[in-house]
Amino acid sequence: MSVGRRILRLFLYQRELTPIVITIGLFVYFTIKAGSNFTDELSLSSAAGYAGPIGAIAVGEVLLLVLAEIDLSAGQVFLFAAWVNWWMYSLGLPVVVSILISLAVCCGVGAINGLITVRLNVPSFVTTLAMNFVLYGLVLIYSNMAEASPIPLSTYSSPSGKVSFEAELMGSWLWSEILWVLAIAIVGTVVLTRTRFGTRIIATGGNLVGAAEAGVPTRRVKVWAFVICSFLSGLVGIVDSVKYGSLDPGNFGVDFILYAIGACVIGGTALTGGRGTVIGAFIGAILIGILEDGLTLIGVSTNDFYVWVGVVIIFAMALNVQFDRIIARSRGA
Amino acid sequence: MSVQPTLTGAREPALEVRGVTKSFGAISVLRGVDLTLRQGEVLGLVGDNGAGKSTLVKILCGFNQQDKGDVFVGGERVRFHSVEAARAHGIETVYQDLALIPQLPVYQNLFLGHELTRLGPLRILDKRAMRKLSRQYLDEINVYVPSVEAEAEQLSGGQRQAIAVARAVRAATKILLLDEPLAAMGARESRLIIDLVKDLAASGRMSIIVIDHNYAHLFELCDRINVLQGGRITIDQPVRETSLEVLTELMVSSYRRQLEDVPGLDV
Repeated sequence: MSVGRRILRLFLYQRELTPIVITIGLFVYFTIKAGSNFTDELSLSSAAGYAGPIGAIAVGEVLLLVLAEIDLSAGQVFLFAAWVNWWMYSLGLPVVVSILISLAVCCGVGAINGLITVRLNVPSFVTTLAMNFVLYGLVLIYSNMAEASPIPLSTYSSPSGKVSFEAELMGSWLWSEILWVLAIAIVGTVVLTRTRFGTRIIATGGNLVGAAEAGVPTRRVKVWAFVICSFLSGLVGIVDSVKYGSLDPGNFGVDFILYAIGACVIGGTALTGGRGTVIGAFIGAILIGILEDGLTLIGVSTNDFYVWVGVVIIFAMALNVQFDRIIARSRGA
Repeated sequence: MSVQPTLTGAREPALEVRGVTKSFGAISVLRGVDLTLRQGEVLGLVGDNGAGKSTLVKILCGFNQQDKGDVFVGGERVRFHSVEAARAHGIETVYQDLALIPQLPVYQNLFLGHELTRLGPLRILDKRAMRKLSRQYLDEINVYVPSVEAEAEQLSGGQRQAIAVARAVRAATKILLLDEPLAAMGARESRLIIDLVKDLAASGRMSIIVIDHNYAHLFELCDRINVLQGGRITIDQPVRETSLEVLTELMVSSYRRQLEDVPGLDV
């Protein structure tokens, strides 16, 4: 096999490679164009700041996309979790308790998404679209349209300006959010590729009837995947609120979810079920983060950023479809 | 034939079906099926397309539940609410649609629902052990695949079918339900599966129901043949005491009797 064919083969079967190469390419490009303005801590952490929420939501979303389902509410869950945490804390509960309650609520939201989808046979696109609006409305109602601040554990909540290790872990350190997301992505990859649960997800998404015939509890698997997606989105949502110290009731979760699905696609996950890569979704999020940060730094307007995100998503999907065709053809021969 | 019909007649029932009915909406598919599968026996189930053969299999393996009637396994009355529940009674199934996952490799398909895992509750897949056992097992039963790492969608129709049969045969301990296990197979692969089922039957430990449209296969494999017509078992014939001509004659006359029952239809 020639070197060229070997490289092609590598890219065909390791779908994460293409976004990695593009991400590195963007990194090099922005470093050349903007120099240390791009590579300093402030710039890189703001890239990580863009990538964090997208990545957290994308990781959970991949599990659902592999199941041939979707969760459009995950972005709003990301915001809702922080609000529940704030409301519980405002009632006088210790912050540990308010966080745990908030995470439990997120799991509940995921369970409702899952049960409505599998028990009432409502397409998850619709179930979670509706859930997105419900959660957005609840935030508007119970926040009285007022901003929440300072979020417990955030730098702004400490009068002395000193923060504890727990506070840094939960988001007040510049890099904690992206490290949470990286950790989740690694665990998610292990779950999808190396556990029985992951096999059940692939089986259910790849052949729903066949998986059920082979004894896979397909409904239970789906409900759990919705629960996990909501839990992860909520967890990082709380970390994100600690990072920024305040919450704006006007934020709309759909902004996040559309980027997250974009990140999944860029990472090499099809929306047809049975295939997907968690680490790819994380890389997709990093790619979007670097693109946003880099374009801002070289003085391109935000409007251009949207065009580029669109171009990258289409490019990634088209490439993946072509890769699939090449594989199919090589097998047919 | 490994088992004498006279001997078969004396054996304990492994599986009994009594008065099982099943409707899907307004369509009543099974109207009171009575069937007995004896210990170590191979029972052929034939009937027209849509006669309800697959429906019966899907009830016996726990995928669907009957409306009325009883199923007994080894004399014990059972009602399976899931495929897993039937599996716990040693029942495995080869489905007509094969129930393979195109995106999973051969070895994971072979162990689907029976995964070997490590680290207790974490259920980390023991891929190495599953690969090794898959290779050994497929070699042992002479099933050829390019690699156990190949995804199921890379296999030929016959290879896929062989994997589906291998999965059920490997896991079954008491009862094996085969819904058209030879449909997509070439001559070599059919021979392989027929021999595999015959060996299993010869061991005397496995009781087997086979659905197939090929009477030559059925006459070679089975001890008895049951015919499902109009949602009931209408004919129950030991293979030793019948022939294709006799069976066909019986089926035609039984079909006529059914038509005579239909008001306003002159046969």
